[in-house]
Amino acid sequence: MTPVRISAAEIAQAQARFLRAFRKTAEERLRFWSIFGAAAALAIYCMYRFEFFTWTFIDGTLKLGEVVVSQLFPPTGFDQLPTFLAAMGETLAMAFLGTVLGAVLAFPLGFCAAKNMVPFRPAQFGMRRFADLLRAFDYLIWALIFVRAVGLGPLAGIMAIAIVETGTFIKLYSEAIENLDRKQIDAVRAAGGNELHVIRYGVLPQVLPMMLSNTLYMFEHNARSAAILGIVGAGGIGFLLADRLRAYELQEACLIIALVVLTVYAIDYLSRLLRERLIGDSNKGDVITDLRKS
Amino acid sequence: MTGEHASPAVTRFEEHFAQYRRGKRTAASLFWVLFAICFVVSVIVARFDVVTLIQGLPRTTEFITKMIPPLRLSSLGADLGEWYWGLGKWLTSLLNTLLMAYLATVLGTLLGGALSFLAARNLVKRYWVYWVTRRVLEIARTVPDIVWALMFVLAFGIGPLPGVLAITVHTLGAQGKLFAEVNENASRLPIEGVRAAGGNWFHEMRFGVLPQVLPNYMSYTFWRIELNVRSATIVGFVGAGGIGHDLFTAIQLLYFADAGAILIIVVATIMLIDMLSERYRHRLIGKDSL
Repeated sequence: MTPVRISAAEIAQAQARFLRAFRKTAEERLRFWSIFGAAAALAIYCMYRFEFFTWTFIDGTLKLGEVVVSQLFPPTGFDQLPTFLAAMGETLAMAFLGTVLGAVLAFPLGFCAAKNMVPFRPAQFGMRRFADLLRAFDYLIWALIFVRAVGLGPLAGIMAIAIVETGTFIKLYSEAIENLDRKQIDAVRAAGGNELHVIRYGVLPQVLPMMLSNTLYMFEHNARSAAILGIVGAGGIGFLLADRLRAYELQEACLIIALVVLTVYAIDYLSRLLRERLIGDSNKGDVITDLRKS
Repeated sequence: MTGEHASPAVTRFEEHFAQYRRGKRTAASLFWVLFAICFVVSVIVARFDVVTLIQGLPRTTEFITKMIPPLRLSSLGADLGEWYWGLGKWLTSLLNTLLMAYLATVLGTLLGGALSFLAARNLVKRYWVYWVTRRVLEIARTVPDIVWALMFVLAFGIGPLPGVLAITVHTLGAQGKLFAEVNENASRLPIEGVRAAGGNWFHEMRFGVLPQVLPNYMSYTFWRIELNVRSATIVGFVGAGGIGHDLFTAIQLLYFADAGAILIIVVATIMLIDMLSERYRHRLIGKDSL
C-alpha cells in the first residue's frame, strides 16, 4: 500500500466541513468541563468537611501505620482456632437457614408478584413494592432490630437474613416467572391439564433451575453478610471479630479476618462450580447478572 | 407406553427414557439428602429454636408498631412535628451520609482505576506486578467495609473520616477488579489504528482505550454510588459517622419513635437514589449502544 499524502489545506478543509467528527463543539466541551469541575469541587469540599486537611488525618494515618498495621502481623491465637472455627460454622449455618427461610417464604409470594400469574394488577404491584421495602433496609439494620426483639445470638441474624432475602427472592423469582415460555403452558393445557398440572409441568420445570441457581448465588452473598452481623450482636464470627478489634487484640483479629477471607473464597469456588453444573454457564441467563447490568 | 406390538425403536426409546428418568431421580434424591443434612446440621449449630422465635415475633411486631407514634388526623401536623422533632439534626446526618458515600466513591474509583491498569493481564509486562495487585484488590474487597471501619475507628477516632476511608478501601477493591476486566476486554484494533495514524502512547490511551472503557467505567461507578449510600448508612453502627450513628443510638436507647423516623428517612433516600441512578444508567447505556 502506498501512503496517501494529504496536504494541510485538505485537512483544514475536512475539519471545517465535518466539525463534530474532529472535536466536540465549544458548547459540549464547556458542559463537560463544568460538570467535571463541579464534581471535583464537591469532592474537595467533602475532604475539607471530613477533616482530610487537618492534623486528625495526619495523626490517624501515622497511628494506623505504627499501631494498627504493625500490630496486626503476625496473626496469633491459633490455640483459640477451635472457637473461631465453631463461630465460622455458626455464621455459615445462619446464612444457610436465613437463605432457606427466605426462599421458602418468597416462593409463593413470587408467584403473586409476577404479572403473568396475577390478573389483578394492584395486588401484583403491591407485592413488588412490599419486596422493595424489605430489601431497602440493610441486613445490619434488621439485625439490630431483631437483636432487641429475640435477644443476642444467631437467631436474630437468621431472621435478618431471612427478611432481606424474602424481598430479594420475591423480586428474582417473579422476574424468572415473568420470563416464562408460554408454549409449554399452552401444551399442558391443550393436553387437558388443570391449573395444578400447568404449574407442575408447565411452569416449575422452566423456573426451578433458575430459582435454584439464584438461591445458591444469594447463599454465597449471605455467607459474607452473616460474617458481619455479629458486630451488632447477632451471632457468628463477626461477634468475635468486633470483640477482638475493640479490645485491641489485633493479632487475633488478623487470624479471624484471614479465616473469613479464606472461607469466602472457598464458598465462591464451590458455589460457582455447582451453579455451572446447574444451568450450564454461570452467567448465561442469570437473573442477578442481568439485574446488575440493567 | 410399552405395548406388545412395540417396534424395536420404540422399545429402545422407552429403555433410554427410563434410564434418563432414573438418573434424574437419583440426582434429585441425592440433592434432597444433602440438603436435609445441611439443614439439620445448621439448625443444631445455629441453635435455631422455634419456641424462642415464636415468643420473639410478637415483640418484633410490637417494636415495629411502636416505631410509628399515634398520628391523629385532626392534629396531623403537630403529631408529625413532634415525631420528627430532630429533623434538622437527622437531615444534617443524612447529608453527611450522602457526602461520605460520594467522596468514598470518587476516591475509591480514582485509586481503583489507577490500580486496574496494573491488574489487567494485557497491559502489564511483569507477571508478579499483576499477581500482587490482584491479591491486594481481592483483600480490599473481600474484607467487608464495616470491618475496615472498625479498624479505621481505632486509628482515627469516632467520626465520618474513618467511615469514608473504610468505604474507599472497599470501593477501591471492587472497582479495581471490575475496571481491570474492562481493560482486558478492550479491543486492540483502535489502539493499532491510532498508532498507524502516527499517534504516541498518550494518543493511544486517550483515543484508542479511553473511548472503549469509559462508558463501562461510568456505569459501574453509578452502580457503586448506590451500594456506597447503603454502606454509609451502616458504618455509623461502629462509630464511623453518618445517619447510622443516630439510628444505632436510638435503637440502643429504645427511642422507638426516633428509630422509626430515621428508618423512614433512610429508606426514602435509598429508594430515591436507586431510582435516579437506574434512570441515569439506562440513559448512559442507551446512548452508548446507539
